[in-house]
Parts: sequence; structure tokens; C-alpha cells
Amino acid sequence: MAMSHTSKNRLCNLPPGTVITGKWHGRSYRLLRRLGSGANGVVYLAENGRTRVAVKLSDDYASLASEMNILRRFAKVQGAALGPSLLEADDWQSPFARETIPFYVMEYIEGENFAAFIRRRGKEWAPVLMMQLLSVLDRLHQEGWVFGDLKPDNLIVTGSPPSVRLLDVGGTTLQGRAVKEFTELYDRGYWGLGSRKAEPSYDLFAAAMVMISSCCPGPIEKKGDGRAQLLSIIETDRFLTRYKEVLQKALDGRYRKAADMRRDLLAASSRHTSAENERKAVPSRRSGRQVKRRRQARGIVETVVIAAALLGAYAFYIYWQLAM
Amino acid sequence: MRKGTLRQILLITDGCSNHGEDPAAMAALAREQGITVNVIGILDQGAMDENGRREIEAIAAAGGGMSQVVYAKQLSQTVQMVTRQAMTQTLQGLVNRELKQIFGSDVSLEDLPPDKRGQVMEVVDELGETVALDVLILIDTSGSMKTKLPTVKEALIDLSLSLNARMGENRFSVFIFPGKRAHAEKMIDWTPRIEELSTIFPKLASGGLTPTGPALREAIAYFERKRSLRSWIGDGDEPYIEESSL
Repeated sequence: MAMSHTSKNRLCNLPPGTVITGKWHGRSYRLLRRLGSGANGVVYLAENGRTRVAVKLSDDYASLASEMNILRRFAKVQGAALGPSLLEADDWQSPFARETIPFYVMEYIEGENFAAFIRRRGKEWAPVLMMQLLSVLDRLHQEGWVFGDLKPDNLIVTGSPPSVRLLDVGGTTLQGRAVKEFTELYDRGYWGLGSRKAEPSYDLFAAAMVMISSCCPGPIEKKGDGRAQLLSIIETDRFLTRYKEVLQKALDGRYRKAADMRRDLLAASSRHTSAENERKAVPSRRSGRQVKRRRQARGIVETVVIAAALLGAYAFYIYWQLAM
Repeated sequence: MRKGTLRQILLITDGCSNHGEDPAAMAALAREQGITVNVIGILDQGAMDENGRREIEAIAAAGGGMSQVVYAKQLSQTVQMVTRQAMTQTLQGLVNRELKQIFGSDVSLEDLPPDKRGQVMEVVDELGETVALDVLILIDTSGSMKTKLPTVKEALIDLSLSLNARMGENRFSVFIFPGKRAHAEKMIDWTPRIEELSTIFPKLASGGLTPTGPALREAIAYFERKRSLRSWIGDGDEPYIEESSL
């Protein structure tokens, strides 16, 4: 039941100020601007009185109902925010469409897209945010779920200090089933590196791809042997090379738990920082090279002086011979 | 609800039929027998001509399935999405019918309060994961399709990757049209592993006719033949039949 083209266009282009009123609970929301649109719906920033919320509209009753089920389950998980919290579900009798449009209202998470954040603040944030992400994934996996459609667009960096939150739960699947929704670039099946069964290693592959794609300048497109291509991207990037072992292990599906990948990532980061500090502490090597270079220069000057003296003496000798 | 098998025909083509029966009529016939027909149109570049697009939409509408027109590059993602969504749609139709039986009136998912819909969707999700699925893939190999066949092959292998991650059983069969002797020719008999596909495409020879309607008719007949053989064995694995009145 994908959205038909026309109704999707209409839903995606609701003018700011449009008021959406639910027919079951009667609450109204005034749309402020569009936050994003995906395969099965569109999300707007809206306000209800003074409260800012995110409203997801779709003409696909089924997928919207499935998503709400997941958000409700997440709400029951104590002590960790796995996704945005669900506030309300209702239907809107819109003046534009003859049919009613279902929607749900959730917490508005203010923040920046994952990839944009790293581009603005620097690559050194990538492993930090990854470790946070792996903690959230670990919790999600312990609850028996797999996030599925893990990609930078579904991650938001929020607050100060910055922390990562999961956004779109449309791909979230019970472990052991087939992953509901995915994006080719982050899907191990597309890269020929595994099945689409929902298991923790599926998310960990995508996590590695999130790190690779957000640190790699150009767009990635699969050509031929997927694994070899990804490894060469890692090896040619000076930053990613430091995490080669962790990334390779995740791409090959050799991590069973997010916590294990987090531990290795942490180890690789601290190994790298201590190596850099050592290098800074030993400055003598570079000055030694400079001394050598200066010595070489002096040698060249000496050669030129001797050559000039010899030429002068030879010229004097010829002049003396001619004068005789 | 008893467990059965969902049956789909997936038609992959790049243009208009030009021979034999109206393909939309054949798709309607399939629907009457509980077979959903999905259609995917492939483009090289630019837009598909209006007639081609209209025919693709008409076939899917008559066959109770879904249609999409895509560039060759997006084919993999589209094929698996269309197949999954058509499954959900069929299952939802069945669940809606059950709801009607329970409530005795015209109650569908949309008429329930939002909080109750979730419970119904859980049943649909569960069925979509566990139900058995038979997909007969019908590939147009006439004229201009020839250059797109490697992409089609990739998309079908990707489809089996998606479907085989489910808990339910899958079976695939591949037909091409026009065939050497008949309108449609069987390339692969029912198998859970579509990877066998890699061997079949080199044999293809393309002709000038595009007998989409007759090819659909033969595809339906093949489903029926399988069923009658099964009833001899006494498997009792009955297909879901969705009423056209839905």
C-alpha cells in the first residue's frame, strides 16, 4: 500500500499554518514546517498550544499502525530512549482529500543530521557518536529488536554535550524475521555480505557503513566485488584506516553483540590517541633531519667556490700564455 | 484463520503488448483465481510512453496488485518492495474480511480507532512473516529488453535474498515470453532458490512479438496445473482466494 503519487505530493506540500484536527480525540496541531519525508509518510514540525511536536502523516494506515506498535513497545523499555516517544494517534478529515488521513504525534527532537554534524564539527566526532550509537543498539538488541534501516538520515545529534538518537522506526523488526525496511547502501544483502534476516550483526554492518560514508568525502556506489571495494575505501582514507580492524570485522558480520564492537572501537581510538601523543613527545628526529639538510647545502657552496677558483686560475693561466 | 499460500505473478516488461488477448483481462482472470498480479516497467532513460504506462497500471489494477515504473538502476529495491507490499495488501484484505465476519458490517482497518489498528496490524505483520509464498516471475524478453536482462537477474537474486529472510516458505518459478514454441516458456520450475537463475539467461533469443496477454494466461494455467497435481498427492495446501468484491 504505497502512497499514490498525487496524494503523497499533496501531503508533502501542506502549507505552513495548516491546522490538523483529530477526529477521535479532537486535539489540533498547527503545522510549522516540513521536517522530512520517507517512503511511507511525511513528518512536520507542529505546535499544540506552546508545545512543539513532530507529526507524521501518511495515507498508508497499515505501515503507520505498525510504526506506532514499535514506538509503544519502545516506551516500555526503562532507562533508555530508543526512539522518539509517541504522544497521540488520530485521524484527520482533511479538506483536500475525500478520505481521512491517519497521523501520529511524537516528541520533537531538535538537532542536526548525523552526517552534517560530522562534516561541520570534524571526523574525530565519528567514533564518539558511533560508541553512543552502539550503546543504544545494544539495548535495542537486548529487547529482541533490530533497528533495520540504520543510516545517517535516521540518526539525529541533539543537545550539548552532543548525543545520538534514533529517529525513524519504520525498519525496526523483531529478531529472526526479515528486515522490514532498508536502504541499499547500508544493507549487507546489497553488498553481497549476508542475509536480510534481522539479527544484531545486520545493524552492526549498517553501523560500520554509517561511519565509512560519513567520513568518506564522495558518494559511494557499489561496483563489482563489494567487500574489496569497501576495504579499499577504508585503506585509502587516513582517518578510517585507524579503525580498519573494527570496521572489517563488522562488515564481515563477525560481531555478535553491539557491546563487543563498541569495546573494540574504544580500544582503537585510545590506541590511536596515545600513539599521537608519543610522536609529539619526541621532537628530536625532525631537527636531526634539518641539520643534515643544512650540511648538504654547505657542501654545495663549497663545491661552487672551488670550481670558481679553479676556473679563475685556468683563465689567468691562458691569459698569461697569450701575453707571453 | 487457516494458513495457506499466497500466490503472485510478477510481470517485468518495458512496453506495450502487441499480440493476443488484452493483458488486463488476463490479470483480472488471475485475480478471480486468487492470484495477485504485480507489474514492473523498466526504463533506460526518459519517460515511458503513455500507452505503455497506462497498460502497466491497468494490468496491476485488474490483477489486484501493484505497479511501478522505474529506471533499471532502481530495479532491485523496487522488485522486493512491490512484492512485500502486495503481500501485505492481500493479507490485509483477508484480515478485513475476517473483521467483517466478526462485526457483521462494513468494518475495515480504517474504521477502527487508531489504537485498535495496531492490534490488527500485528496479525498482518505476523502473517506476512510466516505465510508461504509462490511467485511466478514472467519476464518480457522481446526486443529492447535484451540489454536490461542482467539487471533483471540481479533484481531477482535480490528478491530471493529478501524473501528467504522470512520465516515462511517461498517458491519461485521463472517464465520468459515470447517463448520458442509457446507464448511463454518455462525457464525454472518451482524452487526455493532463485540463484539457479544465473544459468538461464544466455539461452534467450528475442523476437518481435510481445504477447503479454497470452503469456499471463499460460502463467495462470501453470499455477493451476501445480494445484491439480498437488490435490492428487493430497497435500491439502490450499491457496488463499481473495474475492474480487473486496
